[in-house]
Amino acid sequence: MTATDSENSLIQVEGLGVTFGRQSVLRDLNLTIPRGQTLAIIGESGCGKTVLLKAIIGLIHPTRGRILFDGRDFFDLSERELPGQRIRFGFLFQQAALFDSMTVAQNVAFPLRQHTRHDAGHIRRTVVERLAEVGLPENVVDKKPAELSGGMRKRVGLARALVLEPEVILYDEPTTGLDPIMSDVINQLILKTRQRHPVTSIVVTHDMRTTRKVADRVVMLYPLARLKPGAPQILFDGPPNQIESGTDSRVGQFVRGEAGERLMEMRETTAEENTAQEGTDG
Amino acid sequence: MSDNASTLESHTPGLPTRLAEMAADRITGLGELSMNVVVEFGNIGLFSYRTMRWLVTRFARRETIVPAFYQIGVLSLPVVALTGTFIGMVLAVQSYAQFHMLGLETRLGAVINMSLVRELGPVLAATMLAGRVGSSIAAELGTMRVTEQIDALSSMGADPIHYLVVPRFLGCLIMIPTLTLMADFMGVVGGAFYSIYFLGIDAHHYMENSQQYVGMFDLFNGVFKSLFFGAAIALISCHRGFHCDPGAEGVGRAATSAFVYSFVVILILDLLLGISLEGLYASLWPEGRQML
Repeated sequence: MTATDSENSLIQVEGLGVTFGRQSVLRDLNLTIPRGQTLAIIGESGCGKTVLLKAIIGLIHPTRGRILFDGRDFFDLSERELPGQRIRFGFLFQQAALFDSMTVAQNVAFPLRQHTRHDAGHIRRTVVERLAEVGLPENVVDKKPAELSGGMRKRVGLARALVLEPEVILYDEPTTGLDPIMSDVINQLILKTRQRHPVTSIVVTHDMRTTRKVADRVVMLYPLARLKPGAPQILFDGPPNQIESGTDSRVGQFVRGEAGERLMEMRETTAEENTAQEGTDG
Repeated sequence: MSDNASTLESHTPGLPTRLAEMAADRITGLGELSMNVVVEFGNIGLFSYRTMRWLVTRFARRETIVPAFYQIGVLSLPVVALTGTFIGMVLAVQSYAQFHMLGLETRLGAVINMSLVRELGPVLAATMLAGRVGSSIAAELGTMRVTEQIDALSSMGADPIHYLVVPRFLGCLIMIPTLTLMADFMGVVGGAFYSIYFLGIDAHHYMENSQQYVGMFDLFNGVFKSLFFGAAIALISCHRGFHCDPGAEGVGRAATSAFVYSFVVILILDLLLGISLEGLYASLWPEGRQML
């Protein structure tokens, strides 16, 4: 990494390891994300993509290593400094994570009410503007999240994530569970957001259409359970157009969505686990 | 045949070895359980400490306080009042026969009211609160945990303990004395109503005896205990919700365990506080006991 890279980098992941109980999810991960980049983190389910995203915003405590945001570690901050740093991020959760006891307007207004002193009229106008940006009409503002479709909930979640104009936006599987048209709408919204504000974006996804459409850089993670001890967890790190030209067959297999010998492997693993279990029980 | 038997024997461990292995397993299990219990106590201790710190450092927001107080206090009033009334009447039914045999039925008021004000009022109000509010808090916060709403709160720079736990803690702490007083009052009314109108006890003597034996300290005793019950219900229920396992089963388990743990803690606290308050009474009014 050159000196310019280091100066320009906004997020630095250094030797990150995350373990839950006895299960290791991330191991010795190093990643530098420069300002303004749109990074897609891809990989199969259970490879630790969401855990990495939550560790970046300090929702999950790393077992080893550290993550620096703008040169500071989240876990070195005091309780008073933490909110100020957190609102530099916007987070779009997988299921949108809207507060179901509140209306759409109250959800989108939540960060504004927490961190600004604007009057109710100003907040209402901002909410309507933000909802219009994600293509939602004014008549949804008084609805409860349960009354909305999956795509609308995602868009409300995006409006809420964008309301304080954050520097970094984290998208956790933004197109999962949506129809192809709505997936493309979300992709376009990610691109539009980037054109409108100079943001750094991290998109966790296993949708290759999203990856190709929105990302400048792709990082592919591999599940630790399937990896040999000591092997690197990042299989690919580069621009999206080079992802299929690599030599690693596992990357190509993921990109093309081919199961290959996976079903047989899964059966063998289950059989091995059963034998081991019987051995322990006996 | 004998060869086969010896091979089998060499592979099967002897009885002492198996017993030793079983004992080792039990000891390991016991060790793990003890560690889990210590970790759980540590967890709830830290959780309570963080709640107390937020309570004194920054006042909870009005929009979170009002719904919490309404949900915990106002909506619990009818069920607490109903329970109090019936317990008062049941006490009259159960005690009447013995007192009547001794010709002391006019003293029934003293017994009913004393039991209600010191013991049954606070414990029943707390039990109803744990059942109605505690499990609903655990289920609500548990669902918020499972659907990442608690993570969403943190990601937007709001502290989940300050935003979710402090208002519920304050609601339980401040509303439970009111609920206890309501249970006491309705119990006293229920007991008097049944004794006077159904058992035909003389109203004047019933009232006079009630007033003579139940004093302010008894009322204070009940209300003081209820504060601890309320705090315990709020902390246990919020903690169970925050540490909810994933899925519908996890939320269900959080709600059930919130009630069960709260109820056990209420009983333990009731005993400990009862002993302490009796000690306090005896040291403040040494002659008081002799009067009874």
